[in-house]
Amino acid sequence: MAAVQETVDQVRRIDVDQYKYGFVTDIESDRAPKGLSEDIVRYISARKNEPEWMLEWRLDAYRRWLTMNEPTWARVHYPKIDFDDLYYYSAPKSTKGPKSLDEVDPELLATYEKLGIPLREREILAGVEGASDRRVAVDAVFDSVSVVTTFKEELKKAGVIFCSMSEAVREYPELVRKYLGSVVPVTDNFYATLNSAVFSDGSFVYVPEGVRCPMELSTYFRINEKNTGQFERTLIIAEKGAYVSYLEGCTAPMRDENQLHAAVVELVALEDAEIKYSTVQNWYPGDKDGKGGIYNFVTKRGDCRGARSKISWTQVETGSAITWKYPSCILRGDDSQGEFYSIAVSNGYQQVDSGTKMIHLGKRTKSRIISKGIAAGRSDNTYRGLVSAHRKASGARNFTNCDSLLIGDKCGAHTVPYIESKNASAVFEHEATTSKIADDQLFYCMQRGLSSEEAVALIVNGFVKDVIQQLPMEFAVEAQKLISISLEGSVG
Amino acid sequence: MLKIKNLHASVGDRQILRGVDLEVPTGEVHAIMGPNGSGKSTLSYVLAGRDGYDITEGEILFDGEEILDKPAEERAALGIFLAFQYPLEIPGVATMTFLKAALNAQRKARGEAELTTPDFMRRVKGAAEKLNVTQEMLRRPLNVGFSGGEKKRNEILQMALLEPKLAILDETDSGLDIDALRVVSDGVNALRSPKRSMLVITHYQRLLDHIVPDVVHVMSAGRIVRSGGPELALELEAKGYADYVGAAA
Repeated sequence: MAAVQETVDQVRRIDVDQYKYGFVTDIESDRAPKGLSEDIVRYISARKNEPEWMLEWRLDAYRRWLTMNEPTWARVHYPKIDFDDLYYYSAPKSTKGPKSLDEVDPELLATYEKLGIPLREREILAGVEGASDRRVAVDAVFDSVSVVTTFKEELKKAGVIFCSMSEAVREYPELVRKYLGSVVPVTDNFYATLNSAVFSDGSFVYVPEGVRCPMELSTYFRINEKNTGQFERTLIIAEKGAYVSYLEGCTAPMRDENQLHAAVVELVALEDAEIKYSTVQNWYPGDKDGKGGIYNFVTKRGDCRGARSKISWTQVETGSAITWKYPSCILRGDDSQGEFYSIAVSNGYQQVDSGTKMIHLGKRTKSRIISKGIAAGRSDNTYRGLVSAHRKASGARNFTNCDSLLIGDKCGAHTVPYIESKNASAVFEHEATTSKIADDQLFYCMQRGLSSEEAVALIVNGFVKDVIQQLPMEFAVEAQKLISISLEGSVG
Repeated sequence: MLKIKNLHASVGDRQILRGVDLEVPTGEVHAIMGPNGSGKSTLSYVLAGRDGYDITEGEILFDGEEILDKPAEERAALGIFLAFQYPLEIPGVATMTFLKAALNAQRKARGEAELTTPDFMRRVKGAAEKLNVTQEMLRRPLNVGFSGGEKKRNEILQMALLEPKLAILDETDSGLDIDALRVVSDGVNALRSPKRSMLVITHYQRLLDHIVPDVVHVMSAGRIVRSGGPELALELEAKGYADYVGAAA
């Protein structure tokens, strides 16, 4: 298995410190004053030249948020977050809505280059001979703002809108007003409501009727600034018969303090539309003693609004000190389908509470959940999922498979499935296994000549295979490497 | 090839090997027989370098080199192979993938070039046919859902590919019916060579009808208590282990 060897080689190169994205970019930033108040909300809105309705929407959310309490039901533990001790807006000083790559600060371009994210279209074109379908359009979000979006023009020709959220609010207000908050309402939950008040940027995608988006779309999130919360907001709309595949990646510098990331992602699929949303999440997980790392409290939800629509979530979660995330599907349209494929890896002192919700509303709706949790070190890894069929969801079907793999004896894996059916014709299946990489298995591999690192990589790759296969090709190899890197030092 | 001197090994407070002395010259096939609990399997694990045993005394020389301080994968690369009594399952990893990873890891450790895929495929195909291992089996996840016979054939296939200097067969006959036993034994016999030594561990004489050893050792209570020619196996078959259990106590 070439990928295994590559993985092991890469792990060796990375040396003592396994988190290779931990560097800080030295760039001047424009920051809002610390803390949260109506004034800060107004400040953010003003900085983005937003129309009045947007500001009102934010203020409504803020007032609502003041009345809410942080959720405590997840199996994660952390000191109380002081929401007044955070910066809610931070933007690289030089980028006041860059119009082209030439206007982007070279320091920023260098940052993304270092992260392996190509932003120069020319270079991308030069690097990929003739394979036009291999190109990926990227929206790069740095702290609170989108610094650049590539391939915009070309996408426009196909009728696809791909731009930053701030731009969408200004340029396509009718679409934003129609769909923003229609999947994750302002009042949804503590973090989503906070996000609604202070969201700074994110990506906006609109694929018109009958259009198959000509390339992969991708957003790359980077938190650089200290003590800064990143609250991005992503909205993807696929009109009737449209198709789009979208990938999200994230990293952050290594910092001793915890950084907050509270995003909201909304997907809307109309009749016969399909949205494939993949995430490779590699936020800084904290050091080996559990110090620092990102708190990742994210609300992701897709609405299969039209008949025969399909939404598929694939996630590879390796980073963050705390992950609280349940990408879900509302299967509203008859015969619509939802899928959730997840690999959640935790090591060190990481805590993961992640899963999905499949809400079957329409007739003959189908959903499939494949979740693979891998816990190592002293981490805790929980799968939490809800599958429900409402009264009208006759013939609804779900298949759930949750597997957990434990490495070592100080970690924990937990599975918390909720199943509710109000329709007698619904068929829900649930399978779950928990296994441990046994010393015997490792010895068997080592007796055949593999090192313990190679043996773990091989066993883990086998364990996650079903989900890796769901990722776009380019990212599958990357994800495999990432998983092995995350598990470095977990044995022996 | 292999020299074991006064080997003592224990797990926790329990002493299992109590002074094993054994020499297997190059090219010879030795059998170790003995009652359950005499330490046969422990000896095979200790030779292969499994963790969890305290070696309190003695030494193991392989080609004149002390190997006790080497981890399992280094011993494998030196040419020590253990055919497991209970081969392990690895879900999601195709047998073929595993074979290639193992072979290339050993080649790399020895400073040899990795095999190209066509070269590798050719070798697997040749070895697999002799052992009735089908292409379909090679695509299945390693040992997952394999029958007892398939698992053992798969062990011998690995041995054929890895070409060890010393092959240790731990109760390879267990769980095999007569036909499967013949296929496996034929596979093992085909790998007999003047350059390769084998240590065949078994409880029953029947395996030794198929794989005829040069020397038979009897192990009891953690020591080799008697050695002789193939006829010793027949004697054990007739009389049982009762004498030895008594003698060692």
